[in-house]
Amino acid sequence: MARLKVHQDKIDDPEALVAVCPFGSMSVKDGNVVIDDSCRMCLNCVNTGPKGAVEFIVEKKKKPLKKERWQGVAVYVAQVDGEIHPVTYELIGKAKELAGKLHQPVYALLIGSQVQAAAKELQHYGIDKIFVYDDPKLARFAIEPYTAVFERFIKQNKPNSILVGATTVGRQLAPRVAARMRTGLTADTTILDMDAKSTDLSQIRPAFGGNIIAHIVTPNNRPQMATVRYKVMDAAPRQEEISGEIVEKKINEKKLVSNEKIIDIIPKPAEQSIESADVLVAAGRGVKSKAELDQLKELANLLGGQLAGTRPLVENGWIDVRQQIGLSGRTVRPKLIICVGISGAIQFIAGMDNADNIVAINNDPKATIFKSAHYCLVGDQSDIIPQLIADIKARKGE
Amino acid sequence: MNILVCIKQVPGSSEVKVDPDTGLLIRDGDNVKMNPYDLFALETALRLKKEKGGEITVLSMGPQAAKAVIEEAFAMGADHGALLSDRRFGGADVLATSYALSQGIKALGDFDLILCGKQTTDGDTAQVGPEISEYLEIPAVANVTKIREVTDETMTVEMDMPNQLEVVEVAFPCLLTVEKDIYQPRLPSYVLKKATADRKIPIYSLDDMDDQDENNYGLSGSPTQVKKIFPPETNTTQTMLEGTAEEQAKKLTTTLADLKLI
Repeated sequence: MARLKVHQDKIDDPEALVAVCPFGSMSVKDGNVVIDDSCRMCLNCVNTGPKGAVEFIVEKKKKPLKKERWQGVAVYVAQVDGEIHPVTYELIGKAKELAGKLHQPVYALLIGSQVQAAAKELQHYGIDKIFVYDDPKLARFAIEPYTAVFERFIKQNKPNSILVGATTVGRQLAPRVAARMRTGLTADTTILDMDAKSTDLSQIRPAFGGNIIAHIVTPNNRPQMATVRYKVMDAAPRQEEISGEIVEKKINEKKLVSNEKIIDIIPKPAEQSIESADVLVAAGRGVKSKAELDQLKELANLLGGQLAGTRPLVENGWIDVRQQIGLSGRTVRPKLIICVGISGAIQFIAGMDNADNIVAINNDPKATIFKSAHYCLVGDQSDIIPQLIADIKARKGE
Repeated sequence: MNILVCIKQVPGSSEVKVDPDTGLLIRDGDNVKMNPYDLFALETALRLKKEKGGEITVLSMGPQAAKAVIEEAFAMGADHGALLSDRRFGGADVLATSYALSQGIKALGDFDLILCGKQTTDGDTAQVGPEISEYLEIPAVANVTKIREVTDETMTVEMDMPNQLEVVEVAFPCLLTVEKDIYQPRLPSYVLKKATADRKIPIYSLDDMDDQDENNYGLSGSPTQVKKIFPPETNTTQTMLEGTAEEQAKKLTTTLADLKLI
């Protein structure tokens, strides 16, 4: 049991210590500093408070983990009906880098039915071993059999780390597997690195709506698990030559029992996803009329891109929720994003700051969007946009 | 049908500020609310109850002040509520949170259906629901956008996939995490608020759990550790495109052309 002990005698200024707590969990009662049950054990008081004032006590040490028994970095292959989701290649790229630091192999875990072609395709990405669990019962994702297979893979291969794409399936499967293995899982990591000495995976993710960035480690458990959204990491390049071994695994029928039955699969009309667009024109609250929004759509079309926007525009029904960028919407990584009338709330920024080129147009020179932008235009968009459309048309010879 | 809904108290504003000097969150302790995604889970429970009967229990974990969200759930129509609150639960990551909640659910009784919102607005992980289902050893469906049919043994739901809707029949007991907009959440009723003002909210501590090993809860039961927190970095290389609107548009057009974006 780990806990915090407050040494009142080492506190000169109780209020100053209380102020250190980012969660408001400390208060002064009868002259003593007390910690209430909203404490999140961030240890800020221990690290930045007066020396020795708050002590972090770990009373019972768990059995030390034999980390060296856990080797290799594994990627869960996101696939539906044999079609590999591109986030997989991005995770393979990252896994190769992480495994390289440890001089350990890269694994892929492929679960499905009739996925031989997908396995062969994966051989073009420099993976050491591709583990394939192919069974008609695994044709579609169901939480119980997929978890059972995943568990089997982990127990047989003992990977140091596992990366899972934050797809619809990955976001359900990864936590279920992590809970089964009683290990840590960090959601939506944006930066991953490997400490070669400790073999600990360093996981960075935005927290509290992106207002803070948290550096997370899983020092006493293996495997270390992290999910990563699409378009956050750089994809591994496809190589012409084939490498790596396909290992076909059998799994006991009894493990594939499911309490879920898929009755029907209804295709949805193919939607243009803003995640796949190279150019985005994003509208914010500063866009005051539908006519202005139509202009932005025209601009997006001219640039071969798509219209996107912030949450307020979704809420007032001007754009579809699938066009929303941000932590509660989509994460995008286009070559160009033009942000028009967007103040730059961190929730939005966190969804687009990996874009190669960020242009911001806003009439408020103090708008936070300018902090993230590469090209800043302070001015009224209703003057700039029509001019811009005309200029681009002229340049394209239209 | 016996339904349990997991709810959480979160900061009232998503625009939490960070002190640029200390890197610490500037929090407004009084400004808290029910996690907005949980409202959809609660509304789903209320609709199912209306159709199929039964009772709704809400469960939350947090400081004593988190009772407020349970009271709000009462004012929306929940029948019972309980709060898991114990210093020894503090500092819990996803795994330890899910474990404590699953132990709390077991302590509260048998449920046919556990409902969770898709994620919280503060933690943002969307992982607690699936992890609870593992500890309860029950099937789970996430991204549920519609409930089609409920029978005595099963329910049929639609799971939203990127290019498909999957219609899934799942056996009770089970856990669902519902999408935003599955139903429009109702507003709390003043009449219900008055009527439930005296309703007791039991507090569950570690001593009420089946597993009382402190090492499985709170920071000790958390495999992940926060090594450091810091404010997000801002972009450093920046070009100002100045002048009249005409000049700005020209400069931007030239820039885009130079970048081969036109």
